[in-house]
Amino acid sequence: MSVAVAPQQPLVAEHRPRWREVLGVLLRNPLAVAAIVFLLLLLAAAVFGDALAPHDPTAASVRDRLQPPSTAHPFGTDELGRDIFSRVLVAASVSLQVGIIAVGIALTAGVTLGLLAGFYGGRSDDVIMRLMDMVFAFPAILLAIAVLAILGPGVRNAMIAIGIVFTPIFARVTRSRVLSVREEVYVRAARSIGASDLRLLATHVLPNVLAPIIVQASISLAFAILQEAALSFLGLGTQPPDPSWGRMLSEGRGFIQLAWWMAVFPGLAILLTVMSFNFLGDGLRDALDPRRAKALEGSRA
Amino acid sequence: MTAPVLSVHDLTVAFATRRGTARVVNGVSYDVAAGETVAIVGESGSGKSVSSLALLGLLPQPPATVTGTVVFDGRDLLRVPREELRRVRGNGIAMVFQDPMTSLNPVLTIGRQLTEGMQTHLGLDDRAARERAAELLAQVGIPSPRRRLDDHPHQLSGGMRQRVMIAMALSCDPQVLIADEPTTALDVTTQAQIVDLVERLQAETGTAVVWITHDLGIVAGIADRVLVMYGGRVVEEAGVDALYDDPRHPYTLGLLGALPVLGADRPEQLVAIPGLPPDPVALPPGCPFPPRCPQRDDERCASQVPPLRQVASDDDGVAHRVAAFYDADPARLRRLDAEGLP
Repeated sequence: MSVAVAPQQPLVAEHRPRWREVLGVLLRNPLAVAAIVFLLLLLAAAVFGDALAPHDPTAASVRDRLQPPSTAHPFGTDELGRDIFSRVLVAASVSLQVGIIAVGIALTAGVTLGLLAGFYGGRSDDVIMRLMDMVFAFPAILLAIAVLAILGPGVRNAMIAIGIVFTPIFARVTRSRVLSVREEVYVRAARSIGASDLRLLATHVLPNVLAPIIVQASISLAFAILQEAALSFLGLGTQPPDPSWGRMLSEGRGFIQLAWWMAVFPGLAILLTVMSFNFLGDGLRDALDPRRAKALEGSRA
Repeated sequence: MTAPVLSVHDLTVAFATRRGTARVVNGVSYDVAAGETVAIVGESGSGKSVSSLALLGLLPQPPATVTGTVVFDGRDLLRVPREELRRVRGNGIAMVFQDPMTSLNPVLTIGRQLTEGMQTHLGLDDRAARERAAELLAQVGIPSPRRRLDDHPHQLSGGMRQRVMIAMALSCDPQVLIADEPTTALDVTTQAQIVDLVERLQAETGTAVVWITHDLGIVAGIADRVLVMYGGRVVEEAGVDALYDDPRHPYTLGLLGALPVLGADRPEQLVAIPGLPPDPVALPPGCPFPPRCPQRDDERCASQVPPLRQVASDDDGVAHRVAAFYDADPARLRRLDAEGLP
């Protein structure tokens, strides 16, 4: 049987890709735009930091030590006379890398485990979630130290350690949402049309559990950067003389009454980065939910 | 009668619950032929939806236990490997669910969901599947189908969504369509449109339809044969005319008595069936109906389950079967209702 379908516009032109829709909604959110702009600047600093830095970030100059902010040194200098602006710029790359890679590890492992545990339930759920509970039971920093004690200190191992520490959070967030989504009629309906488990998980369950995961990822990015700062402070993360916001913050702590700029500027860098990730997360959550996105689009129209 | 496309024999479904085993479906058997519409009628909890979900292995096991045979295309669906069952779902047997508000995925476009089955079973590429999806939407009466493909479910009304569900179910030309109360969540006008739509599509494609409902008014309009279920059993089975003209089971009589008749000669009082359906965890050893039955004539009722026995057959040779030890008497039923149960 064939039914005449009026040939309207060409098929492809009408098919507006979903990512463009999401981006459209996202770009109408001023906080998200500000966050994206800052994160793009940060990304530029991370990639071109070495070329952009006005001074060598590791070159000590005893003559210039503990200088307050000036035109020559916009963020001042530290106790060894190193330019703080250059160091903050170069350290962006470390902080971003640690955040993104560590959260990437935790996200991939945690979401996969959470999906499997929540979707299949029963024995696999018990095994996976008890394992996650074990990891979760340790204080985060202590577990990271333990992992680094096995792997050895260094930035790369710090990322792996933070990734492991954050995995249970993603597994839990994912599982709890999957438990309710898997009972939805649309999952049963998709199954009744012959969708495989993999397809059910990828196209029906995952998109419906994504919103809390994205928010969790943005918060975790912030915590991962702080975690790296803490590990570097303990001498397990970034090794001196390489700069890292966390190291600079902890070093500046000792001079806080003598030279406020040593702690304030790296601290500000952490604050702005963490806030940007949070705003981006909020914006993405709104944009990814088609009902909310339509409502936002409508209210702004 | 032509050879059945779907043959269900002695289907039972039990659930393990904290209170004990809930025996929800107890030995249901029926055949459906191509182009035929079989209605399964019963009140909430009679096991009609569960029995249809069990056919396609859509009940999580455990807690459910399913036994019996479901023969489709020469195979017993309850015993085929998972992968093979998956290929039957949607392709051989498709389902439409009760609530169109929740049976579509809120984050995916209509087009994405419609093309899913076709890409799985028919191996169509994106473009071809999209083309056919637009055709299907036009077929189920959705205006400007191409534009609707990019809509999300929340942009459509309940009736529109149910049309999409029907389009989805029919996308791979299934031989059997199981409609599980597809009109219950819709208003009366929309109900009539959906019934018409399914009838029209059935006439075009020759699909066998199993229509599950508690609405006897819809049954009269759409069904060829009717199965009346009570307490997880089939208590009466007949051609649609025979069932309405000559109901034999006291439960069927009760159901028909509770149905208002438009344009009846004199205002007739509606007859209610007193009491509640049996608890599936504590089913009586005999017939499940006696606590509510106006006519517990036979002493076997309490101890034995009355088997389906053939009492008549209509002009087309469709058997009329009843699971009762005696023939029900409508006049007596009405009198008993007025006076209360003995």
